[in-house]
Amino acid sequence: MRGNAAMHDLVAPGELGAVLELLAAEPGAWTPIAGGTELMVAFAAGRLAAPKLVSLWGIPDLHTIDVTPQSVVIGAAATFLDLRRHAVIATEFLLLAKAASWIGSIANQGRATLGGNLVNGSPAADSSPALLAYDAEIEMISVRGRRRVPYSAFHTGYKRNALLPDELLYAIHLPRRFAHHVQYLRKVGTRRAMAIAKVALGATALLEKGVIREIRLGAASLAPYPTRLLQTESALIGQVITRGTIESAHRVLLAEVKPIDDIRSTAQYRRRVAVNLLDEFLLSLPQEETQT
Amino acid sequence: MKRLLDVLREDLQLTGTKEGCGEGECGSCSVRMNGELVNSCLVPVLQVEGAEIQTVEGLALNGELHPLQKAFLQHGGAQCGICTPGMLMASAQLLEHCPHPDMSQIREALAGNLCRCTGFMRIFESVAATNLPESAEHSAESSTERTRHAR
Repeated sequence: MRGNAAMHDLVAPGELGAVLELLAAEPGAWTPIAGGTELMVAFAAGRLAAPKLVSLWGIPDLHTIDVTPQSVVIGAAATFLDLRRHAVIATEFLLLAKAASWIGSIANQGRATLGGNLVNGSPAADSSPALLAYDAEIEMISVRGRRRVPYSAFHTGYKRNALLPDELLYAIHLPRRFAHHVQYLRKVGTRRAMAIAKVALGATALLEKGVIREIRLGAASLAPYPTRLLQTESALIGQVITRGTIESAHRVLLAEVKPIDDIRSTAQYRRRVAVNLLDEFLLSLPQEETQT
Repeated sequence: MKRLLDVLREDLQLTGTKEGCGEGECGSCSVRMNGELVNSCLVPVLQVEGAEIQTVEGLALNGELHPLQKAFLQHGGAQCGICTPGMLMASAQLLEHCPHPDMSQIREALAGNLCRCTGFMRIFESVAATNLPESAEHSAESSTERTRHAR
């Protein structure tokens, strides 16, 4: 059944303070809407359960991208085209720029926002593996103030997150310290554009004389929400890349991931692809010369 | 929560913009909003206040077809025509940023616009063959203005 416009009250206060006041006055009653690439689809299908919506589109505080010496701070309503066009993101945070180029099509990238992708909380979210690999932090705001959580702690369950009913996702912080890390991102889907991931893996690693000193693995579609593969990371920290290390990482990975069968793929295929992606990343790492 | 698409087609009688999927997948309803390509089926009209909207009606200027429209005619870029307005708007968006695109840029720019007649090749060829006059950017601006006045 088609959505009925009369069933939804949409307001656009135009500035952040007024949006926060609305959320505080009736916690949980208002659904924020930015580019509408998710909510308007639900509306068209007649399954949008949101009688009251507040527009975030065009609120300047929410779509600026600030660069400081330590970090890049991306306003939650920055669009994926904004990310692709930003010089610092395109050079220092290549994985995020690449993920942005995979979102739907150009028309979707000009409207879909980074914050929307995260709040929507799809297990397959295109931006999540990159943000997990970059150790992003999420800043939330309400009339009570601001607080930050690591992105790896933002999703708390299938389509659930750390936001309280009066809070808004405000910004995404990326620490500028990945210039010397090996970086990797690959999405496996049915076609290049307009496809939702069957599996995606984002990764960063820092090596010292062939030893893995830091590693972050961010996965999509391998759990009910985008997640770091912490056990697989632990199995690799302090190791050099050998056939044995890779094989033991496979075992930990297969025990750690919890993919499902759904319309896009099967759990079995997802497990196999996850192993292949991990392999591709590990084999791209610089290996110590004595190792073969 | 009225959609921009419905306001264009029903309230303003600008029926050049088509509805295909109604969920942002097919690109038939592509228009330009403040110089960016959008799927008008996914834009609540409240968010359009003060914005400049260019539809396919605003591509031709002073009775003369836009170079893209001429190229689509010459190279068989349109068959049934339902996807064509969206294809034209997505192509116009590409050419504004990239006047001489290669085939991979054309494919990326049109990846969100589905056609079920042409097999796409003639559409890609039409875009590749489009010769923009020097003043194309200027005319794009004035036609945006014209559509805005039509509101």
